[in-house]
Amino acid sequence: MLLSIENINVYYGRLHALRDVSLQVDRGEIVSLIGANGAGKSTALKAISGVLRPRSGTINHEGRDLAGLPPHKIARMGVAHVPEGRGVFANMTVRENLLLGAYARRSRREAEESIEKVFTLFPRLSERSAQLAGTLSGGEQQMLAIGRALVARPSLMLLDEPSMGLSPLLVGEIFNLIGEINREGTTILLVEQNAYMALSIAHRGYVLEAGGIVLSGLSADLRKDPRVQAAYLGDVGTPPPE
Amino acid sequence: MRTAINLFKAFGPLCLAAGLGYLAESGEMINPYWIQIFQLACIIAISSLGLNLIYGFTGLFSLGHAAFYGVGAYTAALVMKSYGGESQYVFLAALLAGCAGAAIVAYLIGVPTLRLTSDYLGIATLGFGIIMKVLFDNIDSFIPQLGGARGMTGIAKMTTVPWAVVFLGISLILVRNLIHSSYGRALVSIREDEIAAGTMGIDIFRCKMAGFVAGCALAGLSGGLYAHLYAFLHPSNFDFFKSVDVLMIVVLGGIGNMSGTLVASFGWIFLLEGLRVVLPPEYIEFRWVLIPVLLIVTMLVRPEGLFGFREFPFLSGRDDE
Repeated sequence: MLLSIENINVYYGRLHALRDVSLQVDRGEIVSLIGANGAGKSTALKAISGVLRPRSGTINHEGRDLAGLPPHKIARMGVAHVPEGRGVFANMTVRENLLLGAYARRSRREAEESIEKVFTLFPRLSERSAQLAGTLSGGEQQMLAIGRALVARPSLMLLDEPSMGLSPLLVGEIFNLIGEINREGTTILLVEQNAYMALSIAHRGYVLEAGGIVLSGLSADLRKDPRVQAAYLGDVGTPPPE
Repeated sequence: MRTAINLFKAFGPLCLAAGLGYLAESGEMINPYWIQIFQLACIIAISSLGLNLIYGFTGLFSLGHAAFYGVGAYTAALVMKSYGGESQYVFLAALLAGCAGAAIVAYLIGVPTLRLTSDYLGIATLGFGIIMKVLFDNIDSFIPQLGGARGMTGIAKMTTVPWAVVFLGISLILVRNLIHSSYGRALVSIREDEIAAGTMGIDIFRCKMAGFVAGCALAGLSGGLYAHLYAFLHPSNFDFFKSVDVLMIVVLGGIGNMSGTLVASFGWIFLLEGLRVVLPPEYIEFRWVLIPVLLIVTMLVRPEGLFGFREFPFLSGRDDE
């Protein structure tokens, strides 16, 4: 078990945002967390990466409890968070953004190697390496955010709404890349509103509703589940051929 | 060998400028009044560079910069007056003491305030600046040599053109090297997006503290030089309005731009003094109408500051960094 969350509770002031949430992610998996707006999906990722502090519960990653640690310590333990809205450093170049991904790793050579790898995965970033990140298109910024997380060579990548604000074509491209990153050995916990895309790529899924997990299982089973179909897949239409 | 060449490239022009300054000063080729203004511009540039590190690069809004400048000035002056006489070595030690004094105070202020977000940090540093002004006004009750509201006199006139130029050059090189290091990138990333910076493995609080303390140390250094330029210190030189002056210079030059800070510092000081010469004496206070107008026009025409993102070649990083 790479990540194991037991009964975490997160509050925003007096608002109880996550109620006794438990979930597991195995090494090598893509696990998706789906649910409506405000269900607490992003909150769960923020609790794992330390941006929010859970009031109770444990978050076990590779045998260590992350709950209550500051974000930078968690990042250095191999958890990379790609935040919603990408969070690229707009007034820095693409290259500087990627170098920051390697901040915690002091070896310059390793950083360069990782950046080269990201450039082969995202050739478009390589073309724009001297450009300011804020001038990239939405899809390119998403690629940069994912690439920046990859440079840290994380054992677990937390992806928050990678499809947000992208055209259907780009969404497909980004999801293909996520699959490729996973096949190369990075475990991924994916938060998505686009439940159809998320379940088509993930091995397993959890359904979050009003701060609590209501359903979980293999993606294939979730896709067939009438409750999931009614609530999250209803308006997506027929799946395109694989 | 490459290091030697780089060192020469960095310090060669500096030594040349210092040497020329020395000649001009000793040969009295230029009116000594203007030489003093030039030194003041160098000093203000060092202090502004410090604020640019704090506000421009790290994104910490500080309204109390003059207080740290004052701490440096009084500390250095006290050390020099107590032990120095006219010794150059003690002068150097006094400057370092001013630098360290400002850095220590910055650290103590930073511990509670740097966890605040930008606007609140502005208010907190504003409050600190006002407290320090009151402290400077009344400090003669604790340390009589500092003079309090009557001002501190009898400080040796140690600051010369070469000293001012050399310290400005060293400050520029230090800030440039910091900004183009991975540590410097971390500071800028905090300004850009604090949460994302944290998830990169950057210790936000420690980096903010480092930027704040380093910037305040530069203010302390420039304060020490200032004290030994005019040989007289008065608390009104370190009040809120002096903090705003430095902030204006940073904003005018361009936030996070070293070249802009440098040019704006010299422009600001020489404009203030130049207007004193140009304007008839009875209109001298008219400066405080012209300068705000100039500020407004600059912000309308060039909101990104005089320089925007461009830097002088000697201040920009190597292209692959």
